[in-house]
Amino acid sequence: MTTLPVMTSTHSALRWAVSDVLTLARRNLLALFRIPVALVFMIIQPIMFVILFRYVFGGVIHTDVSYVNYLIPGILVQTMIFGSVGTAIGLAEDLQHGLIERFRALPMARLAVLAGRTISDLFRNVIVLIIITGVGFLVGFRPHGGIVSYLQACLLMLLFAYCVSWGFAFIGLSAPNSEAAQAITFPIIFPLTFASAIFVPVASMPSWLQPFAINQPISQTAYAVRGLMLGLPHGQSTWIALAWSVGAIGLLAPLAVNRYRKAA
Amino acid sequence: MSDYAVETFNIVRTFDDGDVRALDDVSLHVPKGQVFGLLGPNGSGKTTMVRILSTILSPTSGKATVAGYDVVKQANQVRRHIGLAGQYATVDENLTGFENIRMIGLLNHLNKAYVVAKARELLESFDLTDAANRITKTYSGGMRRRLDLAAALVANPPILFLDEPTTGLDPQSRQDMWVIIEGLVEGGTTVLLTTQYLDEADRLAKQLVVLDHGKIIAQGTSAELKAQLGTTVLALTFNSINDALQAHTLIGDLSDKPVNVEGTVLEMTVNNGPAVTADALRRIDAANISLSGLALREPSLDDVFLTLTGHKAETIEPEAPANTGRRQKRKERV
Repeated sequence: MTTLPVMTSTHSALRWAVSDVLTLARRNLLALFRIPVALVFMIIQPIMFVILFRYVFGGVIHTDVSYVNYLIPGILVQTMIFGSVGTAIGLAEDLQHGLIERFRALPMARLAVLAGRTISDLFRNVIVLIIITGVGFLVGFRPHGGIVSYLQACLLMLLFAYCVSWGFAFIGLSAPNSEAAQAITFPIIFPLTFASAIFVPVASMPSWLQPFAINQPISQTAYAVRGLMLGLPHGQSTWIALAWSVGAIGLLAPLAVNRYRKAA
Repeated sequence: MSDYAVETFNIVRTFDDGDVRALDDVSLHVPKGQVFGLLGPNGSGKTTMVRILSTILSPTSGKATVAGYDVVKQANQVRRHIGLAGQYATVDENLTGFENIRMIGLLNHLNKAYVVAKARELLESFDLTDAANRITKTYSGGMRRRLDLAAALVANPPILFLDEPTTGLDPQSRQDMWVIIEGLVEGGTTVLLTTQYLDEADRLAKQLVVLDHGKIIAQGTSAELKAQLGTTVLALTFNSINDALQAHTLIGDLSDKPVNVEGTVLEMTVNNGPAVTADALRRIDAANISLSGLALREPSLDDVFLTLTGHKAETIEPEAPANTGRRQKRKERV
């Protein structure tokens, strides 16, 4: 075997950290497009939700605006949150397969594994956002809030989902395997997405449930996204959603990082 | 700078708040440029030692240096000098062989053009060129191990940790792996090898340390260990347990090592196989006991353990908590 000289590039530590994050993010995205099941979860499932609520349940749900306009912004937020399950599964799998151990024995940035994972999931959310927006237009979604507000809404939900994904990273690193990681996320995700203003107006829910359904972070994000996209007043929802995002990442990122240091 | 590639001083590692002592006061001195063997059954602490030396785990107490750097205080320097590969063949199943090596190369902070050229070269020399662009999920067990090792070599590390590199492989793949390891050592690499197999340690390692329950129970060259052990195992199978026990009293004095009777099988380690066998058969025949089987074989790890510790090598206990549940042993496809 001829031996090539090892050419270690001489960048600063920060540039290497960025390079490590991108290397891993790229690796995660390659995997995503190679696992058919992941693609189904990512794209087919939200399309099914659009069709289900637009054409099956939508007829009995009464909203101030047309139901399709009410629904699509909600579905977008729901899809982002459901997508975060992938963050938990991906990290649990890496841990289970010993890849994280292998990464620990390399001279790479310590936290590139977490940053790479959350950033590839952010990128995945951008793709899903574009696809579901297109599907929404096909089924009659007509937002009138203007392009700037629309983009603001997109950024807001991407930010919210990114911040929340650190909590799912924590779950992925704490679970014994990927199946368990997925199982743990559902009891958290289901009440938060369904007892919310995503699919139906909160006013139609029983009075004991309403305070929770109105004030929980996913509803506040849905109010803000819907208001921005449709050009409707939405009170302080944008600021409340931003506050939840900042609060979530402030609390969850240290938890995930701490868990990562201990997990082996 | 010391002459040793790896040194450990009184390493202790406990798990579960001290209930499990995976490593108990282990000191190693691994010379440069040769294969150093860590021999022991599952649960003896081999993998824990490799994880400490590759900076994945920190020791509970004691000190270790790799390439002259402290594994705790200078972990990042250590990581620049080591390669790690092993029985779990931690390749990314969703990437191709080429992509796996490239990823490890880039995470080693090597120049991109270099990584691409080196990946091609490694795939070629590990006989993986044809499979280079296939997803590794489709690889056989032997191919996975070779790819795992190839990826560990992308940065030309002077020190290589191989954790049971042939466990679960078919005989041909084992041979291939041995030839590769010998080639690396010829090129100047220091290899710390863990293994459960005496023949593997015998073939590759110049010096050996035998671990049992986290403690060093023997060390030396493989010739020294064998001399200590006796060179052959005589195994006699009888028609009944009674016959076996009776034979034990008749021929037990032919070996100065413990004689083991399990069911109808009697096993003893002897230094002069043919002569002792003839002697044993004469005595058994004189006592009118008949045999249903006879074998002379090379000593196995079990025999080493029996001789050194008086108990058989246990293979039930898991290596370390990290391996239980969290990481299932994947089936090897051959």
